[in-house]
Amino acid sequence: MSTDAQEVTAGVEAKLIPIYVMGKRYDVPDSLTIMKAIEYAGYKYIRGCGCRGGVCGACATVFRKPGDYKIYTGLACQTVVEPEMYLTQIPFYPANRAVYDFGSLTGRPEEIFALYPELFRCVACNACTKVCPMDVEVLDYISAVKRGDIEAAARISFDCIQCGLCASRCFAEMPQYHIGQLARRLWGAYLTPKAEHLKTMVANIQAGRFSDGLSGLKAMSQDTLKKTYQDREMEPATGGEDWTPKDRQYL
Amino acid sequence: MKVSYYPGCTLKTRAKNLEDSALAAFKALGIEYQELDRWNCCGAVFSLADDDLIHMVAPVRDLVRAKQLGAGTMVTLCSMCYNTLARANELMKHEEVKRKTINDFMNEEPDYFGEVEVVHFLSYLKNQIGWGALKSKVQSPLGGLKIAPYYGCTLLRPKDVAIDHPDSPTLFREFVETLGGEVIEFPSSTVCCGSYQALGNPEAALKVSFDILSDAVSRGADALVLTCPLCDYNLGRRQDDMLRKYEGAKDVPVLYFTQLLAIALGLSQEVCRFELNRSSTARLLKSRNLLAGVKA
Ligand code: FES
Repeated sequence: MSTDAQEVTAGVEAKLIPIYVMGKRYDVPDSLTIMKAIEYAGYKYIRGCGCRGGVCGACATVFRKPGDYKIYTGLACQTVVEPEMYLTQIPFYPANRAVYDFGSLTGRPEEIFALYPELFRCVACNACTKVCPMDVEVLDYISAVKRGDIEAAARISFDCIQCGLCASRCFAEMPQYHIGQLARRLWGAYLTPKAEHLKTMVANIQAGRFSDGLSGLKAMSQDTLKKTYQDREMEPATGGEDWTPKDRQYL
Repeated sequence: MKVSYYPGCTLKTRAKNLEDSALAAFKALGIEYQELDRWNCCGAVFSLADDDLIHMVAPVRDLVRAKQLGAGTMVTLCSMCYNTLARANELMKHEEVKRKTINDFMNEEPDYFGEVEVVHFLSYLKNQIGWGALKSKVQSPLGGLKIAPYYGCTLLRPKDVAIDHPDSPTLFREFVETLGGEVIEFPSSTVCCGSYQALGNPEAALKVSFDILSDAVSRGADALVLTCPLCDYNLGRRQDDMLRKYEGAKDVPVLYFTQLLAIALGLSQEVCRFELNRSSTARLLKSRNLLAGVKA
């Protein structure tokens, strides 16, 4: 395998370091992400890999380092390998998502309590926060839910990518990330103020205010459409709050 | 005198009447406070098992947060939170081996040695504000309203966290008298309300709560005043069950000590949130013209 490596990285000084994937040693270039290193070692992903950009949560990985009792985590697609690390990916961790009819909810904290009564088993051990590869303060949003502060829960859990590692470590056996998701849904749908101007806009669309404009665009030849697009009036980077375009027929 | 303030979960939901009235009173009394910027449930019940250290983690984490805020004193309103936090604090102060275990386990937080002082608001009123100073701020004295002060368990037991003498406390009496109320002493004022037995053995809890209320009423109390949302559940909300079950049961107004304080300080009725109490509470206060002096 090391001959292959030299061929692949011809001309590049790649230092090989040992890592242990599910307990088996592989020597991999030290600049690779865990995901690339696993592929380099010969594995082919059919699960545990999605966006490769650090946002889908498919590639949660747990690892340890020699001489250190701590559990480390990271997203395989984002985390660079370290010498002697022992790792495994956890593409999925069972966590029950409560079944609810979202339309019949109203955004009261008691609705979350009823769907996830295990919330109250939390002992604030903080293992969830420690394990989160996104540095979300998981305990803090769970605590916020317990005291009925759905907005705080939604805000604190905002960066969650649902990888499931919190649930894997939970002393109280909670599915934190589903609870956070429900909080964000309730907050978004029922607790944030409604955008009043949206109603007017929808009514305008339904009344056909933009129909002519759209059919006009549709009827254009490709060249005219391109030219129209290129000549469009753009909001200048310095345009302030009160900037309006010259053509105001659709405002 | 800046203090940190630990609210507790129930005060943010069902017991808003306890919190809102207290925060308004803090302001009126010039108490500078800061709610902990991060906090979790206090643990709700102090675990009695000697080696059950995992249940100390929740209260200790809150104490660490208070320490991080740099406040020497952390004030609580709910007596249950007070009890759990104060006892965990005692443990961290005095029990070296357990303290080390807990600090080692919570390795993501700074070590804690019991540096923060946990204080119930009633003690704070007596020791930091002083009855004399409080009296001078009273705008609408309670006009002889007959108040039965109910301590329950958690303000007085165990004695290392008791806010007063565990057997013959006077603090609550002094508080009510300072506000111009007439104190009705009754033997059940330190008897347990049934606490969490409301879940496991609701009938037994109902009986002890009924006996407590009957005791207060038989001595002429107009209302019962308390410090804990769980006591309020047993002694307040569950009166509907008592009225159904016990012949001769009376509807007894029950309110939080902070609501009484807010009324006496002449604060807006809005902060008292009487809609969360039994309706007999606001009725009683209105009939005594105690809500009239209150700024609308
Ligand atoms: S593959 Fe999507 S987060 Fe790593």
